[in-house]
Amino acid sequence: MSSYDILFWFFSLAMLLSGVLVIASRNPVTSAICLVALFVFMAGLFVLLEAFFLAAIQILVYAGAVMVLFLFVIMLLDLKASQRRRFGWLAAVGGLVVAGALVWELGIILQTPVTVAVSGQTEVGGGLEAVVKPLFANYMLPFQVTALLLLVAMIGVVLLSKKDLQ
Amino acid sequence: MIEFIVISFIKIAAVIGVMLTIVAYTVMLERWVCAWMQDRIGPNRVGPFGFLQPLADGVKLILKEDVLPHHVHKVLYTIGPTLVLMPALINIGVIPWGSNLPVFGRYIKGVIADLDIGILFIFAFAALSVYGIVLAGWASNSKYPFLGGIRSSAQMISYEVCLGLSVVPVFMQVGALNLSKVVEYQAAHSWLVLCQPVSFFIFLVSAFAETNRTPFDLPEAEQELVGGYNTEYSSMKFGMFFMGEYAAMFVMSALMVTLFFGGWSLPFAPFNAPATSLPVGLAHIGIFLAKVVALLFFYVWVRWTIPRFRYDQLMALGWKVFIPLTIVNIVFVGAVLALVVK
Amino acid sequence: MIVQRPKLTWWERTYLPQILAGLWLTLKHIPRRKFTRQYPEEKPLLYGDYRGAPVLVKDADGRVKCVSCQLCEFVCPPKAIRITPGFRPENRFDANVEKEPKDFVIDMLRCIYCGMCEEVCPEEAIFLKNDFAITGYKREELQFHKEKLLELGGVHDDKIWKWKNK
Ligand code: SF4
Ligand code: SF4
Repeated sequence: MSSYDILFWFFSLAMLLSGVLVIASRNPVTSAICLVALFVFMAGLFVLLEAFFLAAIQILVYAGAVMVLFLFVIMLLDLKASQRRRFGWLAAVGGLVVAGALVWELGIILQTPVTVAVSGQTEVGGGLEAVVKPLFANYMLPFQVTALLLLVAMIGVVLLSKKDLQ
Repeated sequence: MIEFIVISFIKIAAVIGVMLTIVAYTVMLERWVCAWMQDRIGPNRVGPFGFLQPLADGVKLILKEDVLPHHVHKVLYTIGPTLVLMPALINIGVIPWGSNLPVFGRYIKGVIADLDIGILFIFAFAALSVYGIVLAGWASNSKYPFLGGIRSSAQMISYEVCLGLSVVPVFMQVGALNLSKVVEYQAAHSWLVLCQPVSFFIFLVSAFAETNRTPFDLPEAEQELVGGYNTEYSSMKFGMFFMGEYAAMFVMSALMVTLFFGGWSLPFAPFNAPATSLPVGLAHIGIFLAKVVALLFFYVWVRWTIPRFRYDQLMALGWKVFIPLTIVNIVFVGAVLALVVK
Repeated sequence: MIVQRPKLTWWERTYLPQILAGLWLTLKHIPRRKFTRQYPEEKPLLYGDYRGAPVLVKDADGRVKCVSCQLCEFVCPPKAIRITPGFRPENRFDANVEKEPKDFVIDMLRCIYCGMCEEVCPEEAIFLKNDFAITGYKREELQFHKEKLLELGGVHDDKIWKWKNK
């Protein structure tokens, strides 16, 4: 087993473990922290794929910004209510069905032979160009439209949070 | 491969050792400068001129009783302090301390990990450092730490944005995210603080907010929050928060030196080009550290001069002043570059 | 009275002039003369009526002035004084005074340096002198007995020799 394999298994297993902890933990803050850990381990996997840019963005945006806001909100919640929440059979069965379906679909995907050949050469610049070039050259318009969409959403939130709206 | 690992380990040991020593003496500097500014002498008892004071402080912190209050969330309470210290220790690895060290016919790079995404890496891990504070605040399960944690999360997210946007013009000018490249660019041309004063100013102020230093130390705010997230901590756990704060200061100073003050370079030969002999290589590291220490002094100087901002002032400054300013700056620099380069 | 808020210029509202002035001010203080007193080596200067720890005194003949009337013991607010009265030996030069304390204990942990004992003493035998840093490792060390108190007090040479010719 090469050091690559060891790292791969470490990150994957750690990711799975933190993923399980996210749903198994009864305390929302612990769940959130496990989710952060999951993002960090996932960034580790990106690094193994030499997608450094993606890894950094993964940590910066998801772990560093989105989850902090999540945590911010969770911390202000009344935790007692969610801790009292009881185990629901319906939810468990539903979850199992969905999970089973997912595994089944994964199995099908894994059985189809991979046609996309992984190119031997690795990107210089940690995948920065591979991500950014198409974004700002080929898909400029969709990119800008997405940005506009986010802006609209933001304005909506600001408007809604203003109490003295006529 | 083996050689790479060995050299990296030596570099890591040296960097962490030097860094933590400087961190310890920054605490010392803090106490000295504060004393001098108040016409006092400052610590002068332990060792000659009080030079061994950090050692005494360390021993005291380690030997103190480690109180684990019964009302805390044990696991998160314990990992909180480590999460504050860790990002700083990770981040110092991508900052170039020197150009290179020619030893035994080899050129050893003056940076542990020469990443092409250097600055993103640093921002990513600096962003993680907020968790230590937030978790400590929440896990302490008492009101003042909690308020500190809440304040901290909002403050750090806001100022991360300023911090990130403020350095964009720098990289637009240099054309690379790699910090070594940034330094080499400055060595060849001029220090970026001269070309990008607006960037530098915003970065400087945001760095104060990001490291929770006065005038933006609202998460700790001794007078209103009895120490904020520190309140329930004792012994070495408290010590880790302390070290984490100063280590973050060190990293931020090192980053500012790298981005705006030419890193290891000085604007004259032989210090304006990567070293070709060992003495120059070592001198580069010395220059870098001297610049960092000067900035650390500036941190301390500001702390003992300026009173704390109010929370609404802090937020208004971040969102209503700095973010528009950074965006204007980016557009402006872009225009200038387009005109000049074309 | 109406205080007009000063109209700030744009430049002043950036806080920068004040911040820079403040930085300059603190910088100027760094090389200034320091006012720190290196305490254990440099003792503070105490003036006339300093009220330190209460001690017992002798007169110029070496006579213990206290006659163990126990007024001070009675008046002491925190009950820091404990006196065991006794007689002076028949054949000593000061036998005419008749009484002197067999033991005289002041608990320095209880004493509040109020000076009541000095005020009430009819013999001017007890004074609050200059000792202010009274420390010890054990409680017992801070129970000052007669010998210790006399040693600290020394000779109080006033000109009224009350017992000389009685
Ligand atoms: S100074 Fe006051 S408290 Fe002290 S022994 Fe005299 S009377 Fe008691
Ligand atoms: S010290 Fe004075 S007041 Fe106290 S017992 Fe002696 S004579 Fe009386």
